Amino acid sequence: MKKTLKHEPIAGRTITRVIKYIVCITLAILSIMPFWIMLMNATRNTYEIQQSSISLVPSSYLLNNFKVFEGKSFNPLVGFKNSFIIAAGSTLLNVYFSSLTAYALVVYHWKLRQPFFTFIMAVLMVPAQVSSIGFYQFMYRIGWTNSFLPLVLPAMAAPAVVFFMRQYLLGALSIDIVNSARIDGANEFYTFNRIVLPIMKPAIATQAIFSFVGSWNNLFMPLILLTDKKNYTMPIMVSLLRGDIYRTEFGAVYLGLSLTVLPLFIVYFALSKYIIAGVALGSMKE
Amino acid sequence: MGRKKIKSVSYAKYGYIFSIPFVLAFLVFTAYPIFYTAIIGFTDLKGLGKTDFMIMDNPFQNFQQILKTPSFQKSLINTVIIWTCNFIPQLLLALLLTAWFTNQRQKIKGQGAFKVLFYMPNIITAATIAILFNVLFGYPMGPINDLFKLLGLADKPINFLINKWTARGIVSFIQFWMWYGQTMIVLIAGVLGINPTLFEAAEIDGATSRQVFFYITLPSLRTIMLFTLVTSLIGGMQMFDIPKLFLNGGPDNSTLTVSVFIFNQAFSGSYMYNRASAASMIMFLIIAVLSAILFYILRDKDAAKMKKELKKIKKAQKAAARGAGA
Repeated sequence: MKKTLKHEPIAGRTITRVIKYIVCITLAILSIMPFWIMLMNATRNTYEIQQSSISLVPSSYLLNNFKVFEGKSFNPLVGFKNSFIIAAGSTLLNVYFSSLTAYALVVYHWKLRQPFFTFIMAVLMVPAQVSSIGFYQFMYRIGWTNSFLPLVLPAMAAPAVVFFMRQYLLGALSIDIVNSARIDGANEFYTFNRIVLPIMKPAIATQAIFSFVGSWNNLFMPLILLTDKKNYTMPIMVSLLRGDIYRTEFGAVYLGLSLTVLPLFIVYFALSKYIIAGVALGSMKE
Repeated sequence: MGRKKIKSVSYAKYGYIFSIPFVLAFLVFTAYPIFYTAIIGFTDLKGLGKTDFMIMDNPFQNFQQILKTPSFQKSLINTVIIWTCNFIPQLLLALLLTAWFTNQRQKIKGQGAFKVLFYMPNIITAATIAILFNVLFGYPMGPINDLFKLLGLADKPINFLINKWTARGIVSFIQFWMWYGQTMIVLIAGVLGINPTLFEAAEIDGATSRQVFFYITLPSLRTIMLFTLVTSLIGGMQMFDIPKLFLNGGPDNSTLTVSVFIFNQAFSGSYMYNRASAASMIMFLIIAVLSAILFYILRDKDAAKMKKELKKIKKAQKAAARGAGA
């Protein structure tokens, strides 16, 4: 079956093969190059960068560039801490309550089940932007600006994740497992937490990665709500690098940018297998 | 089936109980703010730190004014231009790569690594990417200008960031660069979902790779491509991080998108919450229409699946009956 009679001429096949590899390698370089230049320039000083701003090898000014940040508003450690709290909190709420809602949609036969599912499909794509003014005014009134709560709690209602979890449960959960747990006298909460959640682990892991990264990278809502420097998240910290104080400190700007992406690089390359699989899976099911 | 349903009736209340957190969070953090935003659109609410408002004498004044504002019209046009210039090449490249990566006769080695690298920009903070590209395209000195000099493409440094079209082009390129990998992975997954017997039949009939792609792969991907199109459009409407931090909507508002416009109206200058709300509602309307289309696509698919399954069951029943007869 592998070998068919009809083949394009050998020479033509070799050429197309070479073209394919050239294109793929070019695209790969295009993905790496901007970040590579950024990382290398993070170790070089302003003079070196002014002489030639592309370098494939590092220099020795990493520590000097670090010192530029002293006493300035760009503080990667604070940004990291805040982003981590928000991303971890919202991810936990997101996956737990989305799983719970999906479970309610799959296992129980209640009157409003179908209307509720239709509703979730309808609000699947409503973005935070369209409600941002009302959200800001509401939070301002109850004094929640500069709090992390409005950035964490809304994660409890994530229609797209519920949708994904439902599709997963439909395929992975057998009602017999739930029934046998009931016969053993487990209450419904216990069944969900101890029996169903472990079954959902693969789906939860995938959604947790995307939820975490999404929250970590979010700029719009934090920018509206957080005005106190000590609450700034990583993307807001990054936006400070556009300021004029760093105009002449090229190396420091590159270093600041590098610091914000390093954690993501580590996470991405450690989990890339699952992430790529997750992207493919999400698309199939949605 | 019917009997099982009766048995689980006593558990029905848990369906409601387990849905409560979602519903509550949705009502408080999404539904109410949308409603609130809609109301503010009809009022005189503006100024930093203000929360009290009154409905205007002409409730639709903000909407009328927003629609007449040149920068809002421009932001709509920009959003469409930037989205189109990013989406068309993105889809074409993704399709080409999909054809290559799923070609069984000429396998590409290192596919896994390529996928990981192509998708990588998508996961990196958009805010960082916006500022990185701002620095990369620096004038008079910057990596891209150095590269152009090195390759002999330009004698003088080019100031990319003050030209309207190069600025728009770069924003489109960034979006393209961040998303083609994702689109490709989605399409490849779609191809892998196609019934393999179709490909086998084509191979037996002696179809060329090109014929297989245009007559089998492409038509089968229609739904997925439509899905990608609509989600990308909805995402494109919200484009914020890149245009905001790359050039803050400039030069001369040429990279101002609807989201950046809303943000700037509400959270800078004279804090026009009311106008920003009116603009938000217009955006909401556009997204609602797009969502309705998406909803239709998804529902259609589910219904089709159900039909398929019903057919299968019927076939199986027939076969069983025949088996029993024999």
